[in-house]
Amino acid sequence: MNWGFLLEVILGGLMAGVLYSLVALGFVLIYKASGVFNFAQGAMVLFAALSLVRLMEHMPFLAAFVLTLAIMVLLAIGIERLVLRPLVNQAPIILFMATIGLTYFLDGFGQTIWGSDVYQLNIGMPKEPIIMAESLVNGGILVNKEDLYAALIAAILVAGLALFFQKTATGRALRAVADDHQAAQSVGIPLNRIWVIVWAVSGIVALVAGMVWGSKLGVQFSLSLIALKALPVVILGGFESVPGAIIGGLIIGVGEKLSEVYLGPYVGGGIEYWFAYVLALLFLLVRPEGLFGEKHIDRV
Amino acid sequence: MALAAHAPSTAPAVPQGAAALLSVNGIEVIYNHVILVLKGVSLAVAEGSIVALLGANGAGKTTTLRAVSNLLRGERGEVTKGSIEYRGERVERLSPSALVKRGVVQVMEGRHCFPHLSVEENLLTGAYTRGVSRAEVKQDLERVYAFFPRLKERSNSQAGYTSGGEQQMTAIGRALMARPQMILLDEPSMGLAPQIVEEIFQIVKNLNEREKVSFLLAEQNTMVALRFADFGYILENGRVMMEGAAHELAQNEDVKEFYLGIAGEGRKSFRDFKHYKRRKRWLS
Repeated sequence: MNWGFLLEVILGGLMAGVLYSLVALGFVLIYKASGVFNFAQGAMVLFAALSLVRLMEHMPFLAAFVLTLAIMVLLAIGIERLVLRPLVNQAPIILFMATIGLTYFLDGFGQTIWGSDVYQLNIGMPKEPIIMAESLVNGGILVNKEDLYAALIAAILVAGLALFFQKTATGRALRAVADDHQAAQSVGIPLNRIWVIVWAVSGIVALVAGMVWGSKLGVQFSLSLIALKALPVVILGGFESVPGAIIGGLIIGVGEKLSEVYLGPYVGGGIEYWFAYVLALLFLLVRPEGLFGEKHIDRV
Repeated sequence: MALAAHAPSTAPAVPQGAAALLSVNGIEVIYNHVILVLKGVSLAVAEGSIVALLGANGAGKTTTLRAVSNLLRGERGEVTKGSIEYRGERVERLSPSALVKRGVVQVMEGRHCFPHLSVEENLLTGAYTRGVSRAEVKQDLERVYAFFPRLKERSNSQAGYTSGGEQQMTAIGRALMARPQMILLDEPSMGLAPQIVEEIFQIVKNLNEREKVSFLLAEQNTMVALRFADFGYILENGRVMMEGAAHELAQNEDVKEFYLGIAGEGRKSFRDFKHYKRRKRWLS
């Protein structure tokens, strides 16, 4: 067995996993705070990436980033006003349907104002690979520097979110709303404001995901489909868990690459494309709340 | 003896000349645009008093509380007539959070703690609207723990795993964190053992006396509620059927018969049931 190669595959898987996690985080945030599965997360990723890449044609990266951030916050306010507020206290399935509508709107609206070509997004991520740990393993381990940066960005984002949810009064209010809308209202937590905050935060997460994915793949319509890759991640990790989204992403990233490399030759390859979904299916059968999802607390 | 439906009471809810903390004037509430639940309910709560809202299931107690706290909209209900005034200000169009800021907090029926938050975090959410310093919040937390020593022991447990009594205490404590002047307490006795009910009501009384918090509480347990309250209203079919000082209501023959299950001549036989139904219909 070539240990260097194995490590390389695992590392590659971890890096890919981090990218899945970035998208999955957006789902988790909104689900956690409002119990709504936001089908539009992928569309938000595309929308954010498109805004960023087109604005960068006119201004430096930092200015474009800040402006896109503002756009995502405005979008959150708009969604709360026009979609969520009229549907307050409706069943989750109705809100879910509304987010499907939102997906089509965002896909169309984004491409109408920003254009529908494939855009190169260059945010200065280094493209060249580096070789690590040459002294430990024969030949060293080949790592994509771009992936390393992506992992770092994801780590910072997650640490920030964890602090926000656990330590701040607003984060606590978000968790309270997630648990019980009405009770949250009864102690004076304003639901409207909370929803704007959650959607704005998940818009920011979408921006970061869109930025990283966009610089990897180019900004194009297929970016909105990476949400489909994030779906098994949240099923695996649990819909309410930020750490779950990360670990779920890593497991799927690594599992995908390992199975492709070591099992692929026996079945003719292509495992990478369905591995995540089969794993998610198994989880749904055995542990539907996911690895870190919240169990329903029922008192009898 | 036939007591007039709206018996004039010797002691009004709010003494003459004094302004009521809360006054509800002839409100009508309609759910889903069609279901008329309250048909003109009026009541008043004097500053520093405990007022009990009594009645059977579906009489409109919870709806009345929700109308005051503005949590009706979430249930697709709407106040269509009448007015609600808190300290002389019309409040029926305010948001629940604006009302909490003014000092009116509802503790909902069935506790409604946040099950995945710890007891302490539950309490802390109550301070959300106040926007005060951490030190001040900490101080308030200690104040709540002083009233509910049991909560201090369980402060790190997930609220969903605590007992019913502890959850009720958490819910009341959480409301206290908003430093309310008035608490709307919905069915505090629901599903609790008699000793715990006693304990909860004792705490309510303490809060009322020491912290000067006024209470409007909806309760099915008429016996206990009348013992701790100053004034009572009896609701039936969305109307106030009777009102009076709590001790007078407790002595009233009709209340005794219909709500306390004590009949004048000891145990009644099933034969008297017709009489019971007739009288009850007459009352409503």
